[in-house]
Amino acid sequence: MTSDLTRLTASEMSDLLSRKEISSVELTQAHLDRTAAVDGTVHSYLHVDTAGALAAAKAVDEKRAAGADLHLMAGVPIAVKDVMATKGLPTTCGSKMLEGWIPPYDATLVTKLRAAGMPILGKTNMDEFAMGSSTEHSAWGPSHNPWDLTRIPGGSGGGSSSVVASFQAPLAIGTDTGGSIRQPAAVTGTVGTKPTYGGVSRYGLVALASSLDQAGPCARTVLDTALLHAVMGGHDPRDSTSIDAPVPPVVEAARTADVSGLTIGVVKQLGGAGYQAGVRARFDESVQLLVDRGAKVVEVDCPNFDYALAAYYLILPSEASSNLAKFDAMRYGLRVRPEGVDDPSAEQVMAASRDAGFGDEVKRRIILGTYALSSGYYDAYYGQAQKVRRLIADDFSRAFEVADVLVSPTAPTTAFPIGEKLDEPMAMYLNDVATIPANLAGVPGMSLPSGLADEDGLPTGIQILAPATMDERLYAVGSALERALVEQWGGPLLDRAPDLTAHPSAHPTADPKEA
Amino acid sequence: MSSHAAEPVLSYEEALEQFDPVMGLEVHVELGTRTKMFCGCSTQFGAPPNTHVCPVCLGLPGALPVVNEIGVQSAIRIGLALDCKIAPWSRFARKNYFYPDMPKNFQTSQYDEPIAVDGHLDVELEDGTYYRVEIERAHMEEDTGKSLHVGGATGRIHGADHSLVDYNRAGIPLIEIVTKPMPGAGARAPEVARAYVSALRDILKSLGVSDVKMEEGSMRADVNLSLRPKVAADATGEAQLAVPLGTRSETKNVNSFRSVERAVRYEITRHAAVLAEGGRVLQETRHWHEDTGVTTSGREKSDADDYRYFPEPDLVPVAPTPEMVEALRATLPEPPAARRKRLQSAWGYADLEMRDVVNAGLLEVIEETVSAGASSTAARKWWLGEIARRASADAMDVTAYAAERGVTPAHIAELDGLVASGRLNDSMARQVLDGVLDGEGTPTAVADARGLELVQDDGALEAAVDAVIAANAGVADKIREGKVAAAGALIGQVMKELKGQADAAKARELILAKLGAS
Repeated sequence: MTSDLTRLTASEMSDLLSRKEISSVELTQAHLDRTAAVDGTVHSYLHVDTAGALAAAKAVDEKRAAGADLHLMAGVPIAVKDVMATKGLPTTCGSKMLEGWIPPYDATLVTKLRAAGMPILGKTNMDEFAMGSSTEHSAWGPSHNPWDLTRIPGGSGGGSSSVVASFQAPLAIGTDTGGSIRQPAAVTGTVGTKPTYGGVSRYGLVALASSLDQAGPCARTVLDTALLHAVMGGHDPRDSTSIDAPVPPVVEAARTADVSGLTIGVVKQLGGAGYQAGVRARFDESVQLLVDRGAKVVEVDCPNFDYALAAYYLILPSEASSNLAKFDAMRYGLRVRPEGVDDPSAEQVMAASRDAGFGDEVKRRIILGTYALSSGYYDAYYGQAQKVRRLIADDFSRAFEVADVLVSPTAPTTAFPIGEKLDEPMAMYLNDVATIPANLAGVPGMSLPSGLADEDGLPTGIQILAPATMDERLYAVGSALERALVEQWGGPLLDRAPDLTAHPSAHPTADPKEA
Repeated sequence: MSSHAAEPVLSYEEALEQFDPVMGLEVHVELGTRTKMFCGCSTQFGAPPNTHVCPVCLGLPGALPVVNEIGVQSAIRIGLALDCKIAPWSRFARKNYFYPDMPKNFQTSQYDEPIAVDGHLDVELEDGTYYRVEIERAHMEEDTGKSLHVGGATGRIHGADHSLVDYNRAGIPLIEIVTKPMPGAGARAPEVARAYVSALRDILKSLGVSDVKMEEGSMRADVNLSLRPKVAADATGEAQLAVPLGTRSETKNVNSFRSVERAVRYEITRHAAVLAEGGRVLQETRHWHEDTGVTTSGREKSDADDYRYFPEPDLVPVAPTPEMVEALRATLPEPPAARRKRLQSAWGYADLEMRDVVNAGLLEVIEETVSAGASSTAARKWWLGEIARRASADAMDVTAYAAERGVTPAHIAELDGLVASGRLNDSMARQVLDGVLDGEGTPTAVADARGLELVQDDGALEAAVDAVIAANAGVADKIREGKVAAAGALIGQVMKELKGQADAAKARELILAKLGAS
C-alpha cells in the first residue's frame, strides 16, 4: 500500500512535497481517484471540486518550481465540511434550504487554507445545519462508516470523519458544537480536535449555536491534526469572540509527546452506566498506557456534568432558532410558493419555504428554542440553562486544579447501525453526553482512537480535555498515547479497516433520500 | 394620497377637560459614523440601492458582526449629554421577528442591559418655563433595510404589486432614546413633545454624532400616548399622578417637530373620543399622515408580541472603563440651552431677538461674525435684516442663501468695520453687501472697485454746505429761527452734491454750526 499516496500521513505528504519527490497535482489527483473509487459507497462528499483542487495544486507546484517560500502544508489537499462558506463552491450545510447557494465570500479559515496553498478537494456531508450525531439528518442522505458501511460515521461531521478514514483526504475541516468533530473521530478510528472556543475564527462558519460552535481539524494522526490546527487557528478581527493570542504550540507538543509528570484526571461522571464494555475496556487500557509513560492518574468529580445534556438542549436550540431565522427565502436559497395561494405575501412564502426546506430535526430544534426563549419561559429554560453552564465551567476549573488534562471515553458506544436511532431523538442525543461539557465551558477537547471494541470489532475513542487556551496539552498527551497504542497494535489502527475497493457495491442500505 | 375613513375625535378643549394625557417618546437617531454598526460598509445616504452591502449587513450565512467603536463612543457621549449613567457593562441582545427588510430576521439591539440609563433633559417651553423630561435609557441598535412597495396607489404594502428591498440602510447605527412616561404636561403635552424633540436635536447636533435630519429620516420619533381620567386638582397634583395609565397607542415615524406636536394633539382628541363613548383604546401601532394630519391603525400590538430577546452570542459585552467614560465626558460641548443663555447675555439681545436668531438658525453664524470683530447689534442687523430679506426674496433660508452666495461671517464683520471706521455709511454699506453677494469680492474690494467712500475732505464738505445754504436761503432762515428739523432737507442736498458719499452726521453738524443753530 505504500505506493498509494493516499495512505501517507499529511506530515509525510508535506515532506515529500517539499523535497519535490511528489507534486501536489499528483497527490491531489490520487485523492480524487480514490474518491471516484470509493465515495459511491461511503458518500463523504456533497460536492467534489476536481477542477478547483487541481488548479490550486498546479499553482502550488509552479510556485515551488519557481523557488517560492511556501507554507509547510502547501500542496497537501484537504476536504472542508459543508458548513463553511467557500467562495464559488456550493455550501448547503446539508440542507435543502441552501440548495444551489454559492457564497460570495470565503470563511476566514478557508482563506487561511487557500493562503497556505492547500487544494480544497470538496465539501463534506453533514447532518442538516450540524444537528445530529450520524449524518442521517443530511438532506442528501447519510455518509457511511468505512469500517462497516451499514453503520453511521458519526455526526454531524460524518462526512469529514469518513473522508479521512476512507483515505479520500488526509485532512478535513470539522465543526464541533456538542461533539461533531470528536464523536465522528471516535467511531471512525480517526483523530479530531475541538479547539478552545475562540481559538479558530467562526467567520464564515454557518452558525448552529454561536456560543458553542468551534471549527477544528480532522486527520488520521495526532501530528497531522496539530499541523492543520496551526493553519486554521489564530485571531480574526472579523470574529468578536476570537481570542487575540497566538495559536498554542500544538505542533511542538505533538512532536515532543511528553507526558512525564502530568496528572491525568479521569472524570467520574463520564464512563459509567450506559458505556459499552468494549469502549470502557479500551479506555482503561489507554489510561494505563499513559501511566506507563510517566503520567499520574487521579479521579475527578464533576457533578454538574450530569445536567450538561439538558442545559445543552436548551441553549443550542435557543441560539439555533435565532441563527436559522435568516433562512427565509428572501435573499438566497430555496424559495417555495405556498400551494393554493394566488398572490402570496412575503410571510406566506417564508413559511412555505421554511416548511419545505428544513428537515424534521431542524424543525424540532427551532420549535424547542423558540419555546425556551419565549416570554414567561425564558428564566425557567434559557436562563436556568445558562446557570448550569456556569456550574459546569466551575466543575472544570476545580478539576483542572488537580489535573493537567481530563480524560473520558469520547462516545458511549461504537458506531451504531444506520436507522437505529433515527426515530429516537433522546437516544441520539445521548451519544454526545461525554463531549458536550467541553462546548458548554469553551475548553478544548480531542478524540483519538483507543482501539477496537471486542464485541463488535469497531473503533473506540478516548477524549482528552484541557483548560481553555492550553490546547497544546491535548497534543502532548494524545501524541504520547498514540505512540504507545500504535506500538502495541504494530501499526495504525486504520490499517485494519476493510478494503473499500474490494467490494465496490458493498453497501446494503440504499440512501432513501438520495435522488 | 392617503385614503382612510376619518375616526371620530373630540375637540381638544373637551378632551383636556375630561382626560389627563401621558406621553412617552422614543427617538431613533442615525449616527453619523462613516461605517455601519457591525461591518465596514459605508453609511452614505442616497447611494444606488444595495451598493453599500456586504455579507455581514446582508446577513449571509456565516457572517459575523463586529462592533463599531465610534458608534459606542457616540452612544456614551449621547448618554452623558442627557445626564445618564453609563453602564460599566452592557450587552447587545437579539430582538427576534420576521420581516423581509431585516436580513437576519433579528435586530441586534440592546434589551435589559443598555449602555445608558436614568438621565433627564430640561426643555424650555414657549413661555420660558421648563419641563423636565426623564430619560429611561439610550441604547444602541442597527437599522433595518428599506422596503419599497411598487404598483400600489399609496406606496404602502396594501395594494402593491411587488416589493423591493434596499439593504443600504441595514446595519446603520442607531441610538434609541426612550423617555419615561411624561405626566403633568396637561394641555401643553403637544408643545412639550415638540420642545423635547427639538432640544434633543440641538444636543445631538452639538455633539456632532448625527446630521439629525428629520426629513431624511436620520432622526425619527415614535409617540406613545395614553389618556387617563382627569381628577379634581389637589395641591400637590399627587391625586392625578396616582391614577393608573390608560392604554397607549404608538404612532410611528413622525418626521418633523411640527408633526410631533400635531400627532400628540390628534391622538389626544382621538383617544378622548373613544373613551368618552365608553370605548376601549386599542394597544396598537398607528401611522401618521402628514397630509391629512391624522393617524390610522397599523398593526395591533398584543401581549403575544414576543421578541424572544436573548444576549447576542456573536458579540462580546461592551464594558467601558471609567477612564474611557471620563475621557468622553471631556469631549462634550457646552449644552445648547446653556450656550444660548450665555450668548444672549453676552450679546445683550432681548428674548424676542434671541428667539428670532435661533429660529433662523443663525446662532453659529452670528457667533462667528461677532468673534470676527463685528458688534453683536450689527451682526444681528445684517444677518437677520439685509441678508434674511434677500434670502426670503429668493425663497431660501439664510444659511443656505449665504452659502450659495459665498458671504461669510468674516465678510459681515469686515463690512461692519468699514461702517464703524467711518469709511461707509449705511446706504453705501448696503451697496457693498450687494457687491459681495454678487461675487465681486470682499467688502473692502467691493468698496474700492465701486469707489464707495465717505468724503473725508472737510474742505469739500464745507464747500458743498456753503453752496447748499446759499442756494436755499429760505430753508436756512428757518433753521436760524430754530426749526432744526428743517436741516434734513439741506443734508439731503449736500448728499446729492457729493453723490451720496458724504458723512451725513458731519454734514448736519456743519450746517447747524454755520447757521448758529447748534
